[in-house]
Amino acid sequence: MSMLLIGHVVFWLVYAAILFVWRKQRIFWPLLALALLLLFNQIFTPGFFDLEIRDGRLFGSRIDILQQSTKVMLLALGMALVIGTGGVDLSVGAIMAVAGAVMAQLVVMHQCSPTVAILAALGVALAAGALNGLLVASFGIQPIVATLILMVAGRGIAQLISDGQAIPFSNETLSFIGSGYFLGLPFALTIVLIMLGITCLFTRKTALGLFIESVGDNDTASRFSGINARLVKFCVYIFCGLCAGIAGIVSTSNISRADANYTGLYLELDAILAVVIGGTALTGGRFYLVGSLVGALLIQTLTTTMYARNVSADIAPVPKALVIIAVCLLQSEKVRRFFARLLPAKKQTG
Amino acid sequence: MNRIKPKYIPIAATALVFLGLYIAGYLMFGEKFGSLRVFVNLFGDKAFLGVAAIGATFVILSGGIDLSVGSVVAFTSILIATLIEKGMSPPLALIIALGVGTVFGATMGFLIHHFELPPFLVTLGGMFLMRGLGFVIHEQSLAIKHEFYSKTIRELAIPLSEKLVLPFTATCLLVTILLASLLAIYTRFGRNIYAIGSSENSARLMGIQVGFTKIGTYAMAGFFSALAGCVATFYMQSGNPASFVGLELDAIAAVVIGGTLLTGGAGFIPGTLLGVLILGVIQTLINFQGNLNPSWTKIAVGFLLLVFILLQKAIAPRKSESSH
Amino acid sequence: MRVLLEARGLSKSFPSVRALDGVDFTVRAGEVHALMGENGAGKSTLIKVLTGVYQRDAGDTQFEGKSINPASPRAAEACGISTVYQEVNLIPHLSVAENICLGRQPTRIGMIRWGAIRERARKALARLDLNIDVNRQLSSYSIAVQQMVALARALDVSAKLLILDEPTSSLDEREVAELFKVISKLRDEGMGIVFVTHFLDQVYAVSDRITVLRNGALVGEYPVAELPRLHLIAHMIGKPVEEVEAMSHPHRDEEERLPSTPFMSVVNYGRTGSIQPFDLAIRPGEVVGLAGLLGSGRTEIARLLFGVDKADSGEMQVGGNVVRINSPRAAMRYKIAFTTEDRKAQGIIPNLSIRENIVLALQASRGAWRKISRIKQDELADRFIKALGIKTPGPEQLIKNLSGGNQQKVLLARWLATEPNLLILDEPTRGIDVGAKAEIEKLIASLRKDGMAILFISSELEEVVRDSQRVLVLRDRKVVGELIGDQITERAIMNTIAAPTPEGTAA
Repeated sequence: MSMLLIGHVVFWLVYAAILFVWRKQRIFWPLLALALLLLFNQIFTPGFFDLEIRDGRLFGSRIDILQQSTKVMLLALGMALVIGTGGVDLSVGAIMAVAGAVMAQLVVMHQCSPTVAILAALGVALAAGALNGLLVASFGIQPIVATLILMVAGRGIAQLISDGQAIPFSNETLSFIGSGYFLGLPFALTIVLIMLGITCLFTRKTALGLFIESVGDNDTASRFSGINARLVKFCVYIFCGLCAGIAGIVSTSNISRADANYTGLYLELDAILAVVIGGTALTGGRFYLVGSLVGALLIQTLTTTMYARNVSADIAPVPKALVIIAVCLLQSEKVRRFFARLLPAKKQTG
Repeated sequence: MNRIKPKYIPIAATALVFLGLYIAGYLMFGEKFGSLRVFVNLFGDKAFLGVAAIGATFVILSGGIDLSVGSVVAFTSILIATLIEKGMSPPLALIIALGVGTVFGATMGFLIHHFELPPFLVTLGGMFLMRGLGFVIHEQSLAIKHEFYSKTIRELAIPLSEKLVLPFTATCLLVTILLASLLAIYTRFGRNIYAIGSSENSARLMGIQVGFTKIGTYAMAGFFSALAGCVATFYMQSGNPASFVGLELDAIAAVVIGGTLLTGGAGFIPGTLLGVLILGVIQTLINFQGNLNPSWTKIAVGFLLLVFILLQKAIAPRKSESSH
Repeated sequence: MRVLLEARGLSKSFPSVRALDGVDFTVRAGEVHALMGENGAGKSTLIKVLTGVYQRDAGDTQFEGKSINPASPRAAEACGISTVYQEVNLIPHLSVAENICLGRQPTRIGMIRWGAIRERARKALARLDLNIDVNRQLSSYSIAVQQMVALARALDVSAKLLILDEPTSSLDEREVAELFKVISKLRDEGMGIVFVTHFLDQVYAVSDRITVLRNGALVGEYPVAELPRLHLIAHMIGKPVEEVEAMSHPHRDEEERLPSTPFMSVVNYGRTGSIQPFDLAIRPGEVVGLAGLLGSGRTEIARLLFGVDKADSGEMQVGGNVVRINSPRAAMRYKIAFTTEDRKAQGIIPNLSIRENIVLALQASRGAWRKISRIKQDELADRFIKALGIKTPGPEQLIKNLSGGNQQKVLLARWLATEPNLLILDEPTRGIDVGAKAEIEKLIASLRKDGMAILFISSELEEVVRDSQRVLVLRDRKVVGELIGDQITERAIMNTIAAPTPEGTAA
């Protein structure tokens, strides 16, 4: 009994420490919201914070949240970069479905090894991203419009590949990817962390992150400074496609079944929401990778909270709607100015 | 191409595509495909999509976007079904549904205009809200058992020949298209929608009431989505909160294929009807084929979208470079 | 002539600046009245106050004897004051006829009568002697025609006072002549016309009176016939006429040995609609100044040299080799740098830090893969913050929180970090306090001594005179003269600008 108590105390102490360390950063707010939500569950939902260890694996609501949120987390990594350039990618859900379908088909119909299947799926996802990049960067088509095409056609392609049916498969490697455990936690989480590492490397260790933020914040000034804005935009859409491909592989492997109708359905909207909650403005500029992951966690926690409190899954979208509106209002310039006038004026520098 | 005014090129292309598909169908499947029944069914089956797409057209013309369409249609359908089940008279239930839809649309419009929030996110929130609220009203689909629906609606069908009638839903669609077209072309409000979609800044300087027009447009979209919900209940004889997922995408596709610029400012209401019919023809073709996977519909639609978007980009008026 | 509009003591202030300070403005019926002034003079504020876009803080406006204070553009229109803006503010996708009647379409039982719209549009255009297909989309017509349509719309509201805000910026010679015919016709019909412009030749070609503003205050109102060009320029720049006439040659540094091979030379370089073909050669260690009034084409030259715009005539050589510079990246490859005039739109990346803004161009030239290490970035930032005296709590401060002058310094630092051979400075001292201005001029001098070639654009003549070894003088999008060494004086520059072209209209 007391072990449980210690576990809870440790959890909250660590969380409080994180909040304190980052109290001045933008990520503070989504972290706080998540903390409040978890606190609510701690108090009002019995058993929510229970943790069990079986066969070296952790089980509990919080673990479920981690597992379920990996899809949106992966999507959000790519989406954050795209939104950073001032664009958006609506097709990631469809790309997930296509990647999953390709992988499943190869494994089941053509007896391919999981490695080949995965590589093929990723290749298709990259191609999809490249198509989006071509339309937005080279043809100059509005991102909402350009990615809408793949959003519609992509699901059709996925359904075609899987012949309209769900494709069940059974493969050890893939099962491990989707529902296996590593160091006690879902393996999918490890994939997320690896991707986070890669993305950070990609954007912070090179100047690409700077270019992305620059292009999103002031496209014209960036071009005047010699940045190849077209190439930057093209790259982020390809990367977003890749992330969607990985998410599709994980999602499909999780249920060992490729279902072209439901894989990734509406997840692009969740991904966009996660990125926005994480602090990235929809208009572009500074993007926040870890913040986006926290945003994804928040969305999933909201869903799981609803579920744990026996709120029908069908009604769960309602609080999501309120979150969207709240986030929009908080980020809106007009609302900010209104509040700025209420608070005492900040000292001007320079 | 020289004699066709540039602004008519998209809709001319749409008409060509429609004719082309229809002729292809006739060549492939013969008499059965070319029958009047098939043609009439296009209108009747797709009526709810058509009505919803009209609302979407106005929003897109004004330079915005509405992702809540499908949810509002589903919400309205279950609202009507529930109200009727609780004893309300159908005409009253329909009117209430229309009212709710309009108020909902106006609220979204207000948030978008007054707080300068992105339409994409606001209507996304609206979509989630209405989808969830639909289930709050009633968890499952609910059949409508009322004389009005079983008899009156059927009686309102217009006989076209001995064996063929024009279903009431189709009539609704045609009347709505007519009224919407009149609104778009012959009222100041309609012309203002085009104006703010083309250049909101200029419209403001020219004295147009941008706020009123914008909020009005979204209110109208809510109205048309609710109307589509009513038409859906006529068609399905029931309400279902889980239905019409993704309808907004079909609506947007129909609008774009129908020749309306996604950036706003140019387009025709009848064009949207053609777009809806094209979607219907594609589906019919695939049904007739039998072997073909129905998912080809989505791919075909996506392909058409691509073609029309590129076409729009090619014709778009070049913004003149301002020199200093 | 009877007085149409009489404004007395108009004042308008914004949080940080007094845009209008007790300005009087009178327009008569049947007169073309030019409104002139350099940047920040208050021209556009005055117009916006008269047309209801802004509300005045103080003063009184009488229109046809009645006191008015329009609360919106629509209200001003109702009084009889119409405006045609510089960027044709019409609806591109709608037809010509619709644009003319938008918001006021004739209706019967709520339904628009299209025939009546077309009729009304044709009548309005006929008044301007324009006969075009009113059903065609507005955007299918040239800017000149679109402007006529905007004019027709303004007239359709039965305007008595017409305000034209920089109407000729995008027009060519022939189109300007057409416009002037129309303006003269309207004037003869009894309209009052306010003509806001910075094109000298055009002012003398078509106006009857000129009002000059400077720094928000009225300098004076003069009949055109009694105002020599030199005096007009003096008024606009803010020098007393006598001082201008008595100006002596400034002390000039001893003749320096400059290498004879230019770093960059262009021959017959030009771009239609932007700048007429010109020749320019600039040597290492030389400062070439571009002098001219606002809108004379100086920025256009800079944009052309830096590859923002593409030249459609002529040839460029850098370091003795023929090159094609079609983009900023290409220009940077040849070690050319450019600080833009418009900080906000084309310069700063507002939500990034000072450090990031400084290293941006240098990083762009290296590509994304070779990232400048954080240590080096901090070093660069610190170095330039010190060297240029950028006032900030630290390099991580967001650039948007800096004052205009400090923002300009950061932009300067950005380009200096790339160690260019040619630095193009477009209005580097605009909006900067006196102390900072001096610092920048000192900087220019030291860069020059180190062998950098500098192209210096400034509206402040004294700066141009002080800092340049050669000056190209521009007027109305054309290079009209070159002054070298001792020839460079403010008076000489103004004379060159003022010298009328034989034709009298826009050059």
